[in-house]
Amino acid sequence: MRVPKITHIIFFALAVGFLVASHYIFDDYSLRVLNNIAIFIILAVSYNLINGVTGQFSLEPNGFVAVGAYVAALILLDADAKNYQFDLESPAAFVLWLHSSNFLLALLAAGVCATILALVLSFPVFRVRGDYLAIVTLGFGFIIKILAINYPSITNGSLGLSSIPQHATLYYTGGIAIISVIMVLNIVYSKFGRAMKAVRDDEDAALAMGVNTFAVKTTAFSTSAFLEGVGGGLWACSFASIVPNEFDFYLTFQLLIIIVLGGLGSMTGAILGTILVIGGGEWLRFLDEPISMFGHTFDAMPGLRMIVFSVILILVMLFAREGIFGKRELTDVARSAIKRLKR
Amino acid sequence: MDFSLFLQNMVNGFSLGSMYALIAIGYTMVYGVLRLINFAHGDIMMVGAYVCFFGMVSLNLPFIAAVVFAVTICAALGIITDTIAYKPLRKAPRISLLITAIGISFLLENLFNVIFGSEPKAFIVPEYLQKVLTFGDVTVAMSAVLVPIITLILLAITLFILYRTKYGMAIRALAFDIHTVNLMGIDANLIIAIVFALGSMLAAIGGVFWSLNYPSIEPMMGVLIGLKAFAAAVLGGIGSVGGAVLGGFIIGFTEVVVVSLSPEFSGFKDAFAFIFLILILIFKPTGILGYNFEKSRF
Repeated sequence: MRVPKITHIIFFALAVGFLVASHYIFDDYSLRVLNNIAIFIILAVSYNLINGVTGQFSLEPNGFVAVGAYVAALILLDADAKNYQFDLESPAAFVLWLHSSNFLLALLAAGVCATILALVLSFPVFRVRGDYLAIVTLGFGFIIKILAINYPSITNGSLGLSSIPQHATLYYTGGIAIISVIMVLNIVYSKFGRAMKAVRDDEDAALAMGVNTFAVKTTAFSTSAFLEGVGGGLWACSFASIVPNEFDFYLTFQLLIIIVLGGLGSMTGAILGTILVIGGGEWLRFLDEPISMFGHTFDAMPGLRMIVFSVILILVMLFAREGIFGKRELTDVARSAIKRLKR
Repeated sequence: MDFSLFLQNMVNGFSLGSMYALIAIGYTMVYGVLRLINFAHGDIMMVGAYVCFFGMVSLNLPFIAAVVFAVTICAALGIITDTIAYKPLRKAPRISLLITAIGISFLLENLFNVIFGSEPKAFIVPEYLQKVLTFGDVTVAMSAVLVPIITLILLAITLFILYRTKYGMAIRALAFDIHTVNLMGIDANLIIAIVFALGSMLAAIGGVFWSLNYPSIEPMMGVLIGLKAFAAAVLGGIGSVGGAVLGGFIIGFTEVVVVSLSPEFSGFKDAFAFIFLILILIFKPTGILGYNFEKSRF
């Protein structure tokens, strides 16, 4: 452990306190946004593990999120609901057989399925490096979406699944978000985490020093896939319906923007990035509605929000090249600030 | 497969492949000089199609003039995006460059979404291109014949520029080693601007040709076509223009032939590019004609 344990406990207590207090402070809409942010914190922090800490430019989180969401949804829906919903083709036998009302069990299964997929995919994926790895993982993410559309007996095709039980309240999403941040931080500050950073900084040197780079990359990939699968399960159980198009490149790009904006490799950066991108995106929603300015009301322009968002994104990247936190954590920033004050 | 179906498939595959090739060249050249996956390139193709359409509708330009207009606007747009979003980041980590590219992509998509609406518009195909030619049993639209021929001419011109002119030599030198090129008295920024202009011009023509064959344009059309063209560029070996052309044709032909032979796979049409790409990269990790950028940097 690099940072004193007392800071950990304080941060943990603050996070739990905020989670409990938010139920009394905020209205339903804000709670939904917070729920959304919590899910994206899980996704961003786990994506950061493979992309920021291990330096493997994977563009596949959308695939793992999709797998997690579908597995959780299929487990939680009962046979009647499936028979009723599947319009394009009648559900396959194993899909009907698959049922449990236990929410946490479904989440675990979602994570495990994503992990197994990641383990299988890591053999072809880690044969290539750098930008080639990016395009291969992008391809796999896309193929998973195409599979979800083209196997209607399992996924109900492009119509997706709906009326999934909404188990994922803020207590669950927030709690799992806190647990996954602790889990990822523990990995990052372990011996294994140092190996990951070694692979990021110079893969050949790490290999020469006896680091089994393939094992390190595969572990990082499947750990991040596990959390992304769990996040996908929470996604399904929080929005109650899923369609394949939600798990497009756009989701990956959104997560990439979040972790680069916060600072690649920094967990606090990923959390802050999520709050800025998801929360800020929600806040910018007023732009899509009619705007009154200088006594004149402009018509609503749906899409203006995204224009403003992309301009802000380009400006931030032009002026804060390393992201907000760089590779540092909040504790590092705080420590150097205290040092500067003492001087 | 009887002969007429075979010929039909050849024409269609040729046509589709040449359009992928046109767009893939822009990707491969930008990757060659900047090591940047230019996610905004597909959207420049979309802008080309829209500008041509509105040139014909709003400015009453004849088709050829509208194409020239679109090509000019897109060349300017390529240079502008380079100046605004990529030039200040020449020495920054490559990931920031990639994020600004995604930002430009979102910006173009949503700008056109707000200005022109998200619903697809029917592209106007000039009458002389709608004519149907009949060779025995084979019937093809005029555009399906003209598009690949013009594409081949454009490809020949591009290859001529790259391999027979001074600027082409500078572009290839830049792709080889950007730092030494500056020492040799070549203005790297000018050459990069030329690369963006050239790539965007080809993308604009690709967009217009795409709209001639599939006459429906919408602001998001560039995303998937762009990614497939990028897959074509990587498949052929990124950084190599010949590879981009080869990759474009391979993916175009595969899509046409597989869908025609076994229609049950037509749902997977969009994934072929990536499946092919993954298979090739597993056996030849640098693409068919490519060399390893990761290793040759030192």
